Amino acid sequence: MEVTNVTNATRVFKIGEVETKALRGVSLSIEDSEFTALVGPSGSGKTTLLQLIGLLDQPTMGSVSINGTNATHLNRNQRADLRRNAIGFVFQFFALIPTLTAYENIEMPLLLNGMKAADRKQRVNEMLEAVGLSDRAHHRPDQLSGGQQQRVAVARALATNPKLILADEPTANLDTENGKQIMDIMQRLNQETGVTFVFATHDPRVIGYAKRVVTLQDGLITNDSKTNGES
Amino acid sequence: MYQTFKLAFRNIGRNKTRSLLSALAVAIGMALLLLMAAVLEGEMRGSMQNSIKLQSGHLQIHAASYDENKISLKWEDLIEQPEQVIEKLKSLPQVTVATPRLVASAILTMGDESKGVQILGIDPASEANQPFRNGMIDGQFIEADDREGVLVGQTLADKLGLKVNDNINLLMTTSNGDVDEQLFAVRGIYSTHIPSYDENTVFMPLAKAQAFTATENHASTIFVMLQNQEQANPVAQALTSSNLKVLTWRDQNALITQFEDFAGVFMIMFYLVVLGITATVVTNTLVMAVFERTREIGILAAIGMKGRGIMAQFLAEAALLATGGVIGGLLIGGALVAYFTIYGIYIGDYGVTGLLFEDHIYAHLTLENTITLTIVTYIITLIASLYPARLAARLEPVEALHGLGA
Repeated sequence: MEVTNVTNATRVFKIGEVETKALRGVSLSIEDSEFTALVGPSGSGKTTLLQLIGLLDQPTMGSVSINGTNATHLNRNQRADLRRNAIGFVFQFFALIPTLTAYENIEMPLLLNGMKAADRKQRVNEMLEAVGLSDRAHHRPDQLSGGQQQRVAVARALATNPKLILADEPTANLDTENGKQIMDIMQRLNQETGVTFVFATHDPRVIGYAKRVVTLQDGLITNDSKTNGES
Repeated sequence: MYQTFKLAFRNIGRNKTRSLLSALAVAIGMALLLLMAAVLEGEMRGSMQNSIKLQSGHLQIHAASYDENKISLKWEDLIEQPEQVIEKLKSLPQVTVATPRLVASAILTMGDESKGVQILGIDPASEANQPFRNGMIDGQFIEADDREGVLVGQTLADKLGLKVNDNINLLMTTSNGDVDEQLFAVRGIYSTHIPSYDENTVFMPLAKAQAFTATENHASTIFVMLQNQEQANPVAQALTSSNLKVLTWRDQNALITQFEDFAGVFMIMFYLVVLGITATVVTNTLVMAVFERTREIGILAAIGMKGRGIMAQFLAEAALLATGGVIGGLLIGGALVAYFTIYGIYIGDYGVTGLLFEDHIYAHLTLENTITLTIVTYIITLIASLYPARLAARLEPVEALHGLGA
């Protein structure tokens, strides 16, 4: 089943009189349970493509659909609803709310979903256990290491049980050991739960985990290949 | 809702100094407004109560042709046999005090100094004169049969250097238009703490005033106090006749009411200025918070929080700042008002014709003013937060996340 489909997407940024074409007509289909890497040099358009798939931005031309729903003409609130129900995000800079504990950060999307307190508690504890941070539940981000913060971010992304997790350079700010831990967790969750992962990276060690590698250059997909994804 | 306020509470705690200063701005603004409202209320209330107590009473009964601005002593403008009217008044259950008074203009001379004054011929035994009796600071209160004694106010005594037992000369026009003068002795000096009143009013026994002005058993007015000032209108209607006119305390103190209305408009402008400054501080604080937390707004948007949820977050922070500010304002303002209720603010001789301002203004904070100002401050603070809240809510997620390198 197709989780997301990008059709002939173009994204043009205009700063003053200068136009920059970040994407020049990209088409991409991601199937359920894929573990896909978007790779390419800086400025190749991989982050822009992730933002379009994540409905954080809209294409200048072309369309994006999530779980069969064409998001092109959705308004802000409808896109927020779709993001909340179908997509999880992991960002390069951990992106946790600094005033909330690890537990509360993971709980936030569940609160937005209106989940009951008892169910929330169970789900948050499951996710904390899944990323090995049960003993850090009540620590705030500044009391956690970078690796631990990114594990919390992964747990938060997965909390609402979305079909699709988008990760932008998830290991870029981690040392080798923590980067490996994050990728191992993401790979394990992909295998155990079937959740689809799409991550942007240019780290060869991370690319090695991918089962599919989509290469971008100058806003175009230049290569799309399957791999064994064994790391 | 609980989660929104929990997060808002923690966000406020992130920059404690800034939050404290913002809440303090709200608190000081509100305290200032409470104090101003209380001072104005105290001033107006004091002026009205003083006027009723010393000058207008709850009712004044005059002859139909009497013009209180001209102080006529012609017999046809005065009440003949005021005792008969007073007997009738005393039969009314609402009436607690009714006493005749004769009002006349005079020139007081002592040595080379002279001063225009108002002579008030009073029945010294009447309860209506208790405020003057209580205000005696030197000498003795006048007696009904005293033929040479007068009371002068402290301000007049100070200006002319008068002491008890000093002699003064009073020059008056009598009821038939003649001019007469006589030497009087200062029996005592009183103070009402209203400099304009104490400077211009000289008391003498009614009988002597009638004899001096040749008004013989006539009175300018009958001063009436009722059990309750709200009884003034029905009692006035019951007493009005073809040869008598009855003025209520409202009729006689229209200037105070007008002054109160004017002061009310001034206060609204003052509210707007103070609350405008307060609102600017709150807006500034929250706009800074929006810029500081742009990434977090992006994160919240990315995980599915809608614009109204983000807006609610900032409104909740404003509500908490407003709550802290209002509580602080009530405490600071309450303390200031309590101090000035007890000790007052010295304003000296604030002479405005027709208004009896004491030399001190005593603050008087009403529950109505407190509730109104609390609600207005709260609402203005929330309105001040609308702009930053909308600013946050309208951020595009991708723009908000830009700093994350997303």
